[in-house]
Amino acid sequence: MASVELKNVCKSFGTVEVLRDVNLALEGGEFVVFVGPSGCGKSTLLRLIAGLEDISDGDLMIDGQRMNDVLPAKRGISMVFQSYALYPHMTVFENMAFGLEQAKLSSDEIKARIAQAADMLQISDYMERKPRQLSGGQRQRVAIGRAITRQPRVFLFDEPLSNLDAALRVDTRLEIAALHKRLADTTMIYVTHDQVEAMTLADRIVVLNAGNVEQVGTPLELYARPASQFVAGFIGSPRMNFIVGEVAAGHGAATFGIRPEHVDLSRDKGLWKGTVRLTEALGSDTFAHVDTETAGMVNVRLAGAEPIGEGEMVFLTPQPDAIHLFDASGRPVHGARAA
Amino acid sequence: MTAPAWLKTTGFYTLVAIIVIQALFPFYYAVLTSLEDGQALFDVNYLPAVFDLSNYRSMLSDGVFGKQIVNSVFVATVTVIISLFLAITASFALARIRFRGRGLLLLTILSVSMFPQIAVLSGLFELVRAFGLFNSLWSLVFSYMIFTLPFTVWVLTTFMRALPVEIEEAAIMDGASSFTIIRRIFVPLLWPAMVTTGLLAFIQAWNEFLFALTFLSTDAQRTVPVAIALISGRSEFEVPWGNIMAASVVVTLPLVVLVLIFQRRIVSGLTAGAVKG
Repeated sequence: MASVELKNVCKSFGTVEVLRDVNLALEGGEFVVFVGPSGCGKSTLLRLIAGLEDISDGDLMIDGQRMNDVLPAKRGISMVFQSYALYPHMTVFENMAFGLEQAKLSSDEIKARIAQAADMLQISDYMERKPRQLSGGQRQRVAIGRAITRQPRVFLFDEPLSNLDAALRVDTRLEIAALHKRLADTTMIYVTHDQVEAMTLADRIVVLNAGNVEQVGTPLELYARPASQFVAGFIGSPRMNFIVGEVAAGHGAATFGIRPEHVDLSRDKGLWKGTVRLTEALGSDTFAHVDTETAGMVNVRLAGAEPIGEGEMVFLTPQPDAIHLFDASGRPVHGARAA
Repeated sequence: MTAPAWLKTTGFYTLVAIIVIQALFPFYYAVLTSLEDGQALFDVNYLPAVFDLSNYRSMLSDGVFGKQIVNSVFVATVTVIISLFLAITASFALARIRFRGRGLLLLTILSVSMFPQIAVLSGLFELVRAFGLFNSLWSLVFSYMIFTLPFTVWVLTTFMRALPVEIEEAAIMDGASSFTIIRRIFVPLLWPAMVTTGLLAFIQAWNEFLFALTFLSTDAQRTVPVAIALISGRSEFEVPWGNIMAASVVVTLPLVVLVLIFQRRIVSGLTAGAVKG
């Protein structure tokens, strides 16, 4: 069980400050996802933990030991890279053995560890193949297998699913979740820009924006109580509706937020009157984009394949207990919840 | 309006034929001449008329020619080995490590190859003398680096830049030292590029004339291009064409063999811009 702790960690490249005063405490065995838009510093944060970048200021502790100046390989960390980064000229077996050879393990030990990892990931059948002879999903497994054999205390994933097609991505996501269950003692840190991956995999999510930690919490905490307008917009799919102007002012806030699933649609009465401009039917849900007179464009989720015509006149009512209010700086406004 | 197919085909193969003849005829004629003896040399013929190995026999039994071939092999091989070793370590630094003046250094390396040999000859001669290398084969190994290193460094730097950084980072995470990364990851991945540049360096070193003429003074130390040029007949009025041609053919063969051996590597080296993981 390895805890990971970051204390006032800063990183700058030349004069560009990428991360500012990051403070995080990850518990041993936790699955933590760093999520944020591109350029928010989430990959940099991961690389600082891995030791691939130097920490400009602050401390990184793993299991209570300061790791700032420890070589990457000595930190007890494995990393799965976005492009898998398999060694193209080595077979699957050699790829997995390389790190263990560097650690000067006996060849029996190496074989045993690889056999165990290969078994777990069901890659035993192509141990003698080169990476170019494998499909994307198989390469992904080999990359994970290579990381497992090192028996790390902390497992790092850098956007591991972004090179896979949609169907495979869902399968691999489930496998990573299963892997986390099997390696319950291993702390896992996972970087992604996809909030669905974050919501489904994480014990806790760290939302990063422009080099700052916006919020840390369980997926449902972030969904129910976003600490900023940024988090509110980033977590949840499709995005929360943000309404400015009269409606927000009426609640004493600069921005009025309501998720599509928290708006009731009615054909005869409601708070906001509007016209349906566009519908997206997904089978399980239908999303209607409604152009309202008072609140502007509002996206509404309807359960099932709701037959609603474009151009139809409808009424919308936000559920009063699901309203989020933000001030001009994007901070939540409390105590003004009355609808 | 397009030309008919047969015209295109004919035009294409005519052009190919011209290029092939332009490239191969001189060597073909050398082979032809080397197999003729005495007065037969001076009959102009384009098909083999006689098959006489006496030129080869006299060249190879001449004493020093065998030694001179060994000299050439030694100089070219050692030049290639040292060049590739220096180039791969240099290109690792130039492609992967950020430091002040990296671009300037690359340009400086390139500009070294800008000077004509004759311009640096006398200065280099002083250096060779100062190092006590005069009439030693090491003087050639030393001076040939001037033209082999710039291009091996440049080519390998370009190839190394094309390799994904993540592969190197994965090796760092696996605990490999810089030297292990070069030896176990970069050398195997850059092998086609190394074979290609190494072969070109070998050919340059093998063919070089001016430095070899200047820095070596005795027959037994000479490399083959100079040795062939200095082959003389019984009198100053006789040019022993037969022997010269036989020697030329003999020194060409190693290059032909090398190119044939590494042919597939060269092709993949010239096209392997994209090393995909």
